[in-house]
Amino acid sequence: MNPTENNTFCPNEIDASCRVPLLALFGGAALWLVLGLALGIAAMLSFHQPDLFAGCPFLSYGRAQAAANDLLFYGFVIPAALGVMLWIFARLSRSPLALPLVPVAAANLWHVGVLVGTVSILLGFSTGHPWLEYPRAAAVLLFAAFMLVAVSAVATMGFRLNRELYPSHWFLFAALLWFVWSYATANLFLVSGHPPRGVAQAVVGWWLANNLIFVWLALAGVGIAFYFLPKIAGKPLASSGYALFAFLTLVFFGAWAGIPPGAPVPAWLPTVSAFGALLSLIPVIAIGIIAKKTVCGAKVPCRGGPFCFIKFGVLGFVVSSLLYLGEFCPRASRVLEFTWFQTGVTQWQLLGFAGMILCGAIYEILPRVMDRELPFAWLVKLNFFLFAGGTLLFVVPLLLGGVEQGLKLRDAAVPFADTGAAALKFLRVSTTGQLLALLGSLCLLLNILVMTIQWKLGLVKCVVTAVTAPLNAPEVKS
Amino acid sequence: MKNGFWVFLAAFVALGASWLGLVYGPLKQLGVATETKVLQSDAKWPQARTGDATLGLQVYRSAGCAACHTEQIRQTGAANVLTITETGSHQPADLKGFINSLSSSVPELMNYSNAVAANLAGWNGELPKVLYRGAADTVVALLGDKLKAVGVKTEARVVATGADIARPGWGARQSVAADYLYDAPVQLGSLRAGPDLSNIGVRSPDLNWQLQHLYAPRSLVKNSTMPAFRFLFSVRKKADGPDAADALVLPKEFAPATGQEVVPTTEARQLAAYLVSLKAGVPLYEAPFTPITAAK
Repeated sequence: MNPTENNTFCPNEIDASCRVPLLALFGGAALWLVLGLALGIAAMLSFHQPDLFAGCPFLSYGRAQAAANDLLFYGFVIPAALGVMLWIFARLSRSPLALPLVPVAAANLWHVGVLVGTVSILLGFSTGHPWLEYPRAAAVLLFAAFMLVAVSAVATMGFRLNRELYPSHWFLFAALLWFVWSYATANLFLVSGHPPRGVAQAVVGWWLANNLIFVWLALAGVGIAFYFLPKIAGKPLASSGYALFAFLTLVFFGAWAGIPPGAPVPAWLPTVSAFGALLSLIPVIAIGIIAKKTVCGAKVPCRGGPFCFIKFGVLGFVVSSLLYLGEFCPRASRVLEFTWFQTGVTQWQLLGFAGMILCGAIYEILPRVMDRELPFAWLVKLNFFLFAGGTLLFVVPLLLGGVEQGLKLRDAAVPFADTGAAALKFLRVSTTGQLLALLGSLCLLLNILVMTIQWKLGLVKCVVTAVTAPLNAPEVKS
Repeated sequence: MKNGFWVFLAAFVALGASWLGLVYGPLKQLGVATETKVLQSDAKWPQARTGDATLGLQVYRSAGCAACHTEQIRQTGAANVLTITETGSHQPADLKGFINSLSSSVPELMNYSNAVAANLAGWNGELPKVLYRGAADTVVALLGDKLKAVGVKTEARVVATGADIARPGWGARQSVAADYLYDAPVQLGSLRAGPDLSNIGVRSPDLNWQLQHLYAPRSLVKNSTMPAFRFLFSVRKKADGPDAADALVLPKEFAPATGQEVVPTTEARQLAAYLVSLKAGVPLYEAPFTPITAAK
């Protein structure tokens, strides 16, 4: 099935059914993206001016950094991806969104959860487990909200007219299941109040981090890209068979990576993970080839629009995944472990891959859903160049600085203070990149915000006209 | 594929398999761990922390210290080291000749004769002298026995190797699962913007040093990039009479205004107690080494 066919099937009704849930999801996501990047910059300031927040516990590096990372992932990536998923499922099903009020409630619940979690971290109530810092109250809200959106998404998928599943269906449906299962499992083990003994906590944490930041991002991001790339390029996906191969290898191999080679655990665990990471190269390369074949030869100009975002995002997926999987190679890990390299790879996965694809998808969807043009269409191009350039300037110095730091760490003759100093000059450049990405994200927020205001004003105007309209003649008593 | 069930099944089997391998398996193996025995000793490891140090872990978690500090030491391997501690009545030059002839004539030692000769090349008799550094136990034992027979005292030790171990005060062996038995949450960390802390309690055992370092890192470590944690301290007006017992003694450029003093809060004291409790200094079955104190 070719997704371009959908346009012929009453798309207006479908888009209208998505309007309110998507606005709720995207609006909050864009706001969290801006706040997450801003908080990330605030955190990095501690490296430029160590005593800046000496008297302010809320912005000390350890807290602000964790809160910023969680804002990017839980605040921006997940709700934005859920919104895009709902729309894709509705379009692929050729039927309006099922239970449209449920995701609206869920979106608000989700954003409250993110708010509670972020404030908790800044106040010092983090759980202390990477990617699972949100305390129980926030985790429960997030889980409930995700389940609600998933119910609506799966119901929409169930109402599809064409029973054949499109490749995006596999990736996105699996992403829904994946988050629910892995997030619930990790929270039950680590946040429930009865954590497992000792280092088993860290193992569960690594398992979750890999399943969210590698597998879930890949499922969601690639699923979305596999819908939009053929649609914009005007060519079918090349091909469904390859996509099935990539999907199966991704879920079966990808879930085994995650335990770092130097971990203080029995040696079989990192060994299994290194093997899983090696096999995960297969789906990453396969996805790269599929995207390349689909896009190649398409006579569609890019011009900094959604197509650019999504192409850049897929390229970002391939590169960041290769770097991520490389970290599990024991030999590379001896240099790269415990350095800024890992931070750089994670930020690339979040911003350069998922962030780019989601921004592109939002710009593609929003005008259709709202049935009006973007208020500042020229900002899309600016957003692309700021975000793409900013992400690269943010991430590449971290990668290079990480390698230099790692090489110095490996040489015991170099004093430890010098290894930190080596990274500082890279961090200066990196923060500049972060600032550019923040400016880019402001473009997204501005577009969504103004669009929401216009839409709400339109609603008010509608009500006012209805109320103030002259009554029909028969109703007027003379 | 026409049926979402197959996608469900694929995701379920894939994630379930990795759950069995990377969650259930480790929980069965590590989640039931108990204290282990310290090598060549009756002591148990790890020792549970006392009150302040236990609470200090929660301050560590709350402040997000693990964002910049790891608590895990890696090692690349282990080596047997044979050291001459006493030459007896022999002159260094004679002994050198004897050892070289020994290692080139005894069949078991022949493979190692070049390494031993290289180690002895510039030796003028200073002690202790590392004679051989390598992995084979038998070589060390045999060489030790032969030297003992002519009245030369040697000492055989097992040492861990690797850059982390070679850094002064970072610990004598790699971190192993047993070290974290009493930690909740386990704070392994993943970035070394600051130094590793698994052995900080041995490296800087002084509570007052830890407190001053938390208040003003650069007053103790000149090039430190660590942010000051002044919010863990209260600056208050000095009372008449002698200084408060717990007031920090700070160098002039870090001291508060005259008439004021810096006093650690409870959290600061707990955090310092936790840091001082971080020691990874005993040999275990999975990470053996010969403690220096044991070699007399």
